[in-house]
Amino acid sequence: MTDTAPLAAQGAGIGRSGRVALWARGFSHALLPVVTVVAALLAIWYLACIPMNASNSVLQAARADVAVSPESASDRRGMSGLALAVRNPGVAVAGAFDQDRARLPAPHQVAAELWAGTVGEPVTSNRSLIWHGWVTLSATLLGFVFGTVLGIALAVGIVHSRVMDMSVMPWAIVSQTVPIIAIAPMIIVVLYSVGIQGIVPKAIISAYLSFFPVVVGMVKGLRSPNGMDLDLMATYGATKGQTFWKLRLPSSMPYLFASLKIGIAASLIGAIVGELPTGASAGLGARLLAGSYYGQTEQIWAALFAAAILAALCVGLLGVIERALLGRMGMTT
Amino acid sequence: MSPVISAKSLNLTFQTNDGPVHALKDVNLDVEKGEFVSFIGPSGCGKTTFLRCVAGLEAPTGGTLTVNGMTPDEARRARAYGYVFQAAGLYPWRTIGGNIRLPLEIMGYSEAEKRKRVTDTLALVDLDGFEKKYPWQLSGGMQQRASIARALSFDAEILLMDEPFGALDEIVRDRLNEELLSLWARTEKTMLFVTHSIPEAVYLSTKIVVMSPRPGRISDVIDSPLPKERPLDIRDSREFIEIAHRVRDGLRAGMEAA
Repeated sequence: MTDTAPLAAQGAGIGRSGRVALWARGFSHALLPVVTVVAALLAIWYLACIPMNASNSVLQAARADVAVSPESASDRRGMSGLALAVRNPGVAVAGAFDQDRARLPAPHQVAAELWAGTVGEPVTSNRSLIWHGWVTLSATLLGFVFGTVLGIALAVGIVHSRVMDMSVMPWAIVSQTVPIIAIAPMIIVVLYSVGIQGIVPKAIISAYLSFFPVVVGMVKGLRSPNGMDLDLMATYGATKGQTFWKLRLPSSMPYLFASLKIGIAASLIGAIVGELPTGASAGLGARLLAGSYYGQTEQIWAALFAAAILAALCVGLLGVIERALLGRMGMTT
Repeated sequence: MSPVISAKSLNLTFQTNDGPVHALKDVNLDVEKGEFVSFIGPSGCGKTTFLRCVAGLEAPTGGTLTVNGMTPDEARRARAYGYVFQAAGLYPWRTIGGNIRLPLEIMGYSEAEKRKRVTDTLALVDLDGFEKKYPWQLSGGMQQRASIARALSFDAEILLMDEPFGALDEIVRDRLNEELLSLWARTEKTMLFVTHSIPEAVYLSTKIVVMSPRPGRISDVIDSPLPKERPLDIRDSREFIEIAHRVRDGLRAGMEAA
């Protein structure tokens, strides 16, 4: 007994350390590449700030009577930021990362602006990024629902009717070749003239972008059952409707979710673009526009990141729903 | 008694880019009620095509084919047969019970009837207790049994099986062959069974239809003298080997003629 007990304890110890090692390996496998890429991007960003902001850095230094080269302002005017940074490395580096209205604000400045816009403001304030984000998100979600419903309806038609297959698909493709920035103002003006304004025009622009991936994915998904699956339905004498509900629709679910993830990101872009031509006072698009009017680059970048985070959250949420649903359906990908 | 399935100078020609392909040429065959008929032959001999014609999944281009005195299409709508494919083809999003319910749902059985039939057919193929499992939780042999249960659930008189055990290993195949025979004895259904395997065809059938390719046609029809009771070791008996020999000869003759 005294012989075996330490052995058992040793074995347990090995097991535990083995698990820790495995956990650590899994952790570093997942985290290390991500951290490396983020660090590399931040490094490139900080580095880019130096030439991008060099002319302003050098100007401020000259005004403070620090020696800069070339000395004359008119000589400096035609020079690129990179050349200025090379000739005044100390001044350029010192002044690159804390300018107001920097041409390229440094990451920490954008982070501070994001922090101030989310945590630092009450959500009811029109300076709150959460409030602006919600304005955009509500239009995004409504447009996403419109686009998804339209996309599925068109796909069902295309799969079941040869006429629709021949006539709808080319137009759906053409619709996506028209720049959304050109068509968005027309949609808003036309809808305004018939008395529709507010969230709906933005949602329609969102839907215009998001229906397309849903059509393409669902056509493929609804056609994914193989010949044997369809023959089986035929031997039961199943109607088209029964074949649709019991075979085609369940088979298409993995394709649907792939499309929805693209669709929601497209919806967000649509909502932001929809906020630009109206001079809307609320929404991330409005923040972007206002930022560019007043040269508030930090505000532009903060709004950009807010939009990116919003899109990531939406896609992530769809991913969670996808895993849960397909898992329940025994179709884990 | 009139035959359950009757084919008279049945022809089927597919139009392909390389010209017409005679999948079936002048096929004449009668199948009586309760028979176990195997179709054996090399690829392209039309055995699967014939089964699909019976099922109304292909339309013959000539001759007549009746199932229970009806056209195959009418028979299909009358749910005269169950079809078992080479792959189990269970829907992954349905449980085993759910897969067996599928034809019952389509055919509009009552809820109580559906429950009863799922339980009964699962017992018939020896899968009691697996109703709530998903297909991926079952072995290949069990999946194929579930797909047979699905074909049996609505109690069709005819069971059409297209190489149902072709993808399984020989040990599993032997057991399923044995089970299929006992199932046939209990249910007294008419079986049409496509296979590549001579021992399988001889072991299972009361009638063996040997087919040959290009054009797909029947080269021999063998009525098996083996008794209905068939233990697995009947395959070592003299009669069994003689029939297997005749099947092999028929296959070889068909190949040489082509």
